[in-house]
Amino acid sequence: MSDNALYIDEMMDQYPAKPESLIVILQEIQNKYGFISGDAMRLASEHVHVPLTQAYAVATFYQSFRLDPVGEHEIKVCLGTACHLKGGQRLVEDLERRLHVESGGTTEDMRFTLNTVNCVGACALAPVVSVDNQYHPNATAKKMEKVLKSLTDPSLEEMEGTGNA
Amino acid sequence: MHDHALAEQSDALRLRSLDDLNRLRKQILDKRDPDQPEIVVCHGTGCLANGSADVSAAIRSALDTSGIEAKVVPGIKTTGCQGFCSHGPLVVIRPRGIFYQKVKPKDAKEIIEKTIVQGDVVKRLLYKNPTDGEKILHEQDIPFYKRQTRVVLHNIGKIDPTDISDTIASGGYQALAKALTTMTPEQVVQEIETSGLRGRGGAGFPTGRKWRSALTAIEKKGRPVYVVVNGDEGDPGAFMDRTIMEGDPHAVLEGLILGAYALGANQGYLYVRAEYPLAIKHLTIAMEQARACGLLGDNILNSGFSFDARINRGAGAFVCGESTALFTSIEGNPGNPRPKYVRSVEEGLWGRPTVLNNVETWANIPLIVNKGGDWYAKIGVPHSTGTKVFSLVGKVNNVGLVEVPMGVPLSTIVEDIGGGVPGGAPFKAVQTGGPSGGCIPYELKDTPVDFDSLTKAGSMMGSGAMIVMDNRDCVVDVGRYFLRFLEEESCGKCMPCRLGLSRMREILDNFSEGKGSEKDIEDLLSLSKAIQDSALCALGSSAPNPVLTTLKYFKDEYLAHVTRQKCPAGVCKNLITYSIDPELCTGCTSCAKQCPVGCIEGEKKKTHAIDTGLCIRCGICMDTCKFNAVNVI
Repeated sequence: MSDNALYIDEMMDQYPAKPESLIVILQEIQNKYGFISGDAMRLASEHVHVPLTQAYAVATFYQSFRLDPVGEHEIKVCLGTACHLKGGQRLVEDLERRLHVESGGTTEDMRFTLNTVNCVGACALAPVVSVDNQYHPNATAKKMEKVLKSLTDPSLEEMEGTGNA
Repeated sequence: MHDHALAEQSDALRLRSLDDLNRLRKQILDKRDPDQPEIVVCHGTGCLANGSADVSAAIRSALDTSGIEAKVVPGIKTTGCQGFCSHGPLVVIRPRGIFYQKVKPKDAKEIIEKTIVQGDVVKRLLYKNPTDGEKILHEQDIPFYKRQTRVVLHNIGKIDPTDISDTIASGGYQALAKALTTMTPEQVVQEIETSGLRGRGGAGFPTGRKWRSALTAIEKKGRPVYVVVNGDEGDPGAFMDRTIMEGDPHAVLEGLILGAYALGANQGYLYVRAEYPLAIKHLTIAMEQARACGLLGDNILNSGFSFDARINRGAGAFVCGESTALFTSIEGNPGNPRPKYVRSVEEGLWGRPTVLNNVETWANIPLIVNKGGDWYAKIGVPHSTGTKVFSLVGKVNNVGLVEVPMGVPLSTIVEDIGGGVPGGAPFKAVQTGGPSGGCIPYELKDTPVDFDSLTKAGSMMGSGAMIVMDNRDCVVDVGRYFLRFLEEESCGKCMPCRLGLSRMREILDNFSEGKGSEKDIEDLLSLSKAIQDSALCALGSSAPNPVLTTLKYFKDEYLAHVTRQKCPAGVCKNLITYSIDPELCTGCTSCAKQCPVGCIEGEKKKTHAIDTGLCIRCGICMDTCKFNAVNVI
């Protein structure tokens, strides 16, 4: 048995082998690997006794599940109402241009995944961009350029005014 | 640790009666010296994002190196969101109540030396009143806080949400102990009925009536019965539930246990969206601590009543805030709603009678049980009793969380507490109720904010998001935003929602491109009516509200898009042109450097110009310019 399968097996044992454990198990798998592979989904569906098609239906219904590998860094632009009014959409378009990737996609070199989220509840700091779960409040195209640079070249100083999400 | 040692330890913590709880409370309070200074740092999501964890660490290390005498060493406490998010990170020095804002780690040493050791104030960290320029020393004198009535939020900003002894010291679990020792379940239900509390999730259904019908259903169907917290808060622009779960998790839990006692439920669920990791963490800690103290789990306070709860993380679906969708999600399925021929109180989770209330509703329950339904009914207005927490965001000076009695005029919230629109112009509209709500124009600023008055104005309470818009916000764009949001979030099961919303959005897309005709406005109205009448669940039936209200109050702006191909607010990309004001441009070159298509030209220190033929209207030049030299025509 592979390491992955072993981890998933042990993790799943903490949850009752019932259909209602499916979502939390998929969440745990995604937390660990960043996405849900076909093999992982098969293990989960067998454990909770639902057909693979149903597990797939669940994983595709909820926006937070990903079926493809994610990049090294995950960028999420908040598009809550406050962020929208303060230019969130413009930030998405700018990041799409800078990274040469559409929202929802991963760069070819697997360095960055760009996503949008519907409101992280930090509306006072709109627009908000989260990079690897660190919030960047009052984000602008210029600030994000610096953040991207610091990720590409870690010797550059990290941006000020960031905190844990 | 060995099992028996663990058992002994948890046995020692276990409370067995109201007396035990009171004794523990007294012990905690006796240990405290009311004169000892306490440095309170806000660790709400907003302040954390602004670096407040670094601030509290810096204060800690400044204290360690300060050499203060042991007897006056202040305590440091980190709390949930104190509400004044736009001025974070916030630090309050108690008991004096000195309020510092926008604190940076480098200020830590000065706060310790000046305020704690010498008793002086660090003036530059004080809040400056924008109306008269006066610096305000105390938290309670700041207009933002002064005009609020903090009832549900009374603990937040004062207690450490990860330490149950703080909750107990402030009176937490008193209502539970009171109910279990002196009240019958029926009496608890009666108090909630007397209070007039209406559900804070948005629809405003009377909570007491909901509980009463659940009791009737239980009589018919028998047990088990479930109690559920709706902590999905998918409403973009709303964060009051997040704040309550993060800042006072025990209040939610205590409310839930009280509900379980009233209804005879032994199992409960907290459905919390996964985007709120801090809320999930604090609720998990609260549940562990409550279990260890005998306030949750088997034989609570030795009363013979047992109840336990668990957290289900949402997975990013707005529709799961809808009751029937939420239940199917807890059961492990895609969150498809079902028609409500049978109500959830009769057939909810696993087909059993289920009472689902939102976070803020549950947090109100202990207050009502403690102080009585009559006390609660006196706050607010007759058909909307109590207070309501609003998240005030958008184009407003004092962004943050606001709690006021129901029925106060909209202008009190936006102008008096919120400080109005930056720049001083009147607000254009306030969007309330999220995607299910509508826009209230400035002319209706005296509208009382309560369930019925908002509905009369064409909007709704929703979970309590208030998004303030100024004249740079376009109503067509806002309508498109909500429709696109709902189109993506619709489960797609019923046709009015799936096809109707898409068609409405297409019409608005056309408007924003300067296409379309006045006939389209009629189509929008008839489509809206059809969707309202026939959608399966509230997501669809309320979806046309933002468009309908903006059409009602801002029809001219729609017509400008359709007949004159103009976007008066300067938002819709295809209808605008950017230009640089030569008077204001300093030739700093930063716009030219940021422009992704290189359409800005100009020498250093000389006026720049935009080649409008090449411009893709990304708006980066306007965001970048520090001198407001970039205009939209």
